Amino acid sequence: MINWPNFLSQLFNGLVLGALLALISSGLTIIYGTLGVLNLAHGAMFMLGGYAGWLAFTYTNSFIVAVIAGSLFVMLVGVVMERLIIRHFYNRPDEDQLLVTFGLGIVFVEAVRFIFGSLSKAVPAPPPLVGITPLGFMLYPTYRLALLGIVLVALIALYLVLYRTRIGMIVRAGIEDSAMVDALGIDVHKVFMLAFGIGAMAAGFAGIVNAPVVSIAPDVGEAILVQTFVVVVIGGVGSFPGAVLGGLIAGEIISITSMFNPGYSYVMLFVAMTLVLVFRPYGLLGTAGRE
Amino acid sequence: MVKRQTPFHKPVSRRTVLKQTATVTAALGAASFSPQLTLRLVPQAWAADHPAIGTYPSGSSGDTVYVGAAVPRTGTYAVQGEDELKGFELAVEHINTGHELIKKIAPKITKGVLGKQVKLVVGDSAAKPNQAVQEQQRFISENKIVLMTGSTSSAVAVALNHFAQREKILYVAAISGSNDTTGKDCVRYGFRQCFYGETAANAIGPVMLKNFGKNKKAAFMTPDYTYGHTVTKSVNDYLTKNGGWQMVTNQVSPLGTQDFSQYLTNIANSGAEYLINVNWGRDAVLSVQQAKQFGIIPKMTLVVPYQIPFLAKETGPELTAGVLAATDFWWTLEDKYPLAKIFVEAFDKKYGYKPEWGAENAYMQFAIWARMVSEASSFYPPDVIKQYEKGETFPSMVGDVHFRAADHQLVRPVVIVRGKKPSDMKNKEDYWEVLEVVPGEPLMQKPDAFGCNLGEYT
Repeated sequence: MINWPNFLSQLFNGLVLGALLALISSGLTIIYGTLGVLNLAHGAMFMLGGYAGWLAFTYTNSFIVAVIAGSLFVMLVGVVMERLIIRHFYNRPDEDQLLVTFGLGIVFVEAVRFIFGSLSKAVPAPPPLVGITPLGFMLYPTYRLALLGIVLVALIALYLVLYRTRIGMIVRAGIEDSAMVDALGIDVHKVFMLAFGIGAMAAGFAGIVNAPVVSIAPDVGEAILVQTFVVVVIGGVGSFPGAVLGGLIAGEIISITSMFNPGYSYVMLFVAMTLVLVFRPYGLLGTAGRE
Repeated sequence: MVKRQTPFHKPVSRRTVLKQTATVTAALGAASFSPQLTLRLVPQAWAADHPAIGTYPSGSSGDTVYVGAAVPRTGTYAVQGEDELKGFELAVEHINTGHELIKKIAPKITKGVLGKQVKLVVGDSAAKPNQAVQEQQRFISENKIVLMTGSTSSAVAVALNHFAQREKILYVAAISGSNDTTGKDCVRYGFRQCFYGETAANAIGPVMLKNFGKNKKAAFMTPDYTYGHTVTKSVNDYLTKNGGWQMVTNQVSPLGTQDFSQYLTNIANSGAEYLINVNWGRDAVLSVQQAKQFGIIPKMTLVVPYQIPFLAKETGPELTAGVLAATDFWWTLEDKYPLAKIFVEAFDKKYGYKPEWGAENAYMQFAIWARMVSEASSFYPPDVIKQYEKGETFPSMVGDVHFRAADHQLVRPVVIVRGKKPSDMKNKEDYWEVLEVVPGEPLMQKPDAFGCNLGEYT
């Protein structure tokens, strides 16, 4: 299917996918950048956002309530998780951190499976966004178009919080050098808790806004987790602009390659990651020495 | 007290041995007047000469035998795996209680198999071959299982086939549609109840040509492993050879794909009139839902060559209305087959919903195994295999069936169903209408067509 309409279609697809990946990855990168913890439960946060939103939707029939509920619930889970568990692992070896977040991820997924079963749950798109929109070169699902807008707004909001507020400034300072922030008399623990909450919320928000596209199931976050790691590596660990750039690059690589042969789309993604690791080990927009 | 192993492999006292010997001698004496009794006793006597193989005899020497199931409880096929598990559980319960349904399939079952209770041990395969093999390995060392099952992915079935042959422990495949399972990867120790992808293609092909006509353009969606590739090839071969159809695109996706937008974009731009979706489990649910989002459904007509349990339930009947599918079983067959009626009632009573074909397939596999062991009066694997290979006809939920000795494939009908419109559904589980029950034998290629070579008994 190598022709212009298909190329434009895939380019557009890549943009939608990339924006979503950018949002989830920025959550991961904020947490890693601030706390130095690679949160392997990030995929589960994505999944929890979907389920919390779905539950809210079944009771209220309102998509907006679902999005708010999904995001806030996962933020709360993130804050509680940081306070009760993650905090005790800051000074422990990296492998311990990986194991505990990996384990938490399994606990969340299996708890959801235990309560709601494996059958997938659908959250319908809000009625005005159901249907197909002609784009000239192709017909495109209206909700996916809206999703692009929703995710872009969320990314801008995240940018404003990180770059235009005092809290954001402290979090960014924490990413650069948390010891120095601590030394300056700022309660770094609160910053950590907040950063974890915001990072988790980004995944939770993505989980619920993506639910009308990919119906949710307990394993929904598993594949996303791998992709977001790749995005973070490409963009640069701890870099918010890097996560956005990495997300868009990853989305386009997956989409454009699938025009030729979908079987190679992930191969190409990992090739890109390898090239970045070889030529810019700290990622496209990462900085050497950042932890 | 001195204990020893007897030919019956229960630790018993000297006194019991003497008593048993006397009884057997007396019985053999009586048997000389009764040829039937002789036949029944002789295999037992032979059992003593069977050399140890696999978990035999230790696995069947106690009063309980273990069977190991490695089904996907997580991942893309989790929904279907849980359903299979229910079929296995029900079969085990029926075997142990001597339920009327089991007795119709395996008449010599009383309570348990050869007087031993059956216990099911379960592991999660996550539809991954390595994980499935590891689970079974664990069951072998911990439980000395006499039978393995599991698979919803043919990749798992093929892996367990070879594992079974190596370990010399029987394996009955659960869901597996690949031509390889009883084709190029067939083994002496493996058996399949559900049909070849090729058989499904030969059954649904004529119905497609009758309903849709000749010289059409089709887009295929194929999961990237043995099942996907063989089923796509079989269906495409049939349609191109017999109907002049053309495959305009084949979108191959890895197992566990969530976002099908790239694949669907290619399909939307392909000019296809029909969408033949070989994806399975959650992959099928997501690809169908997203095809609807892209307007591909209903613009293109969807066909499902190898039915997916719960597809209609998960996508909603609006999306499966008018969809043709080839399946093992659909619960409304209870109106036609008495055994199906007993099964559907028993299953619904225990689990609160109508069984799909994954559960039926699972139930049948255990019921058939129980039949073969009880008919052979032996747990010795080569005896049981030879019992399967006799090819005797026995009843099933879709009428009489039998095994082919040359590839260990059950010869059974293929059920063609069509999705009902929501307005035509008589109750909330009335998703499919049975169009035809196509006899299996004429649909099947020669046993060696896919290069089956069963291998050794010992």
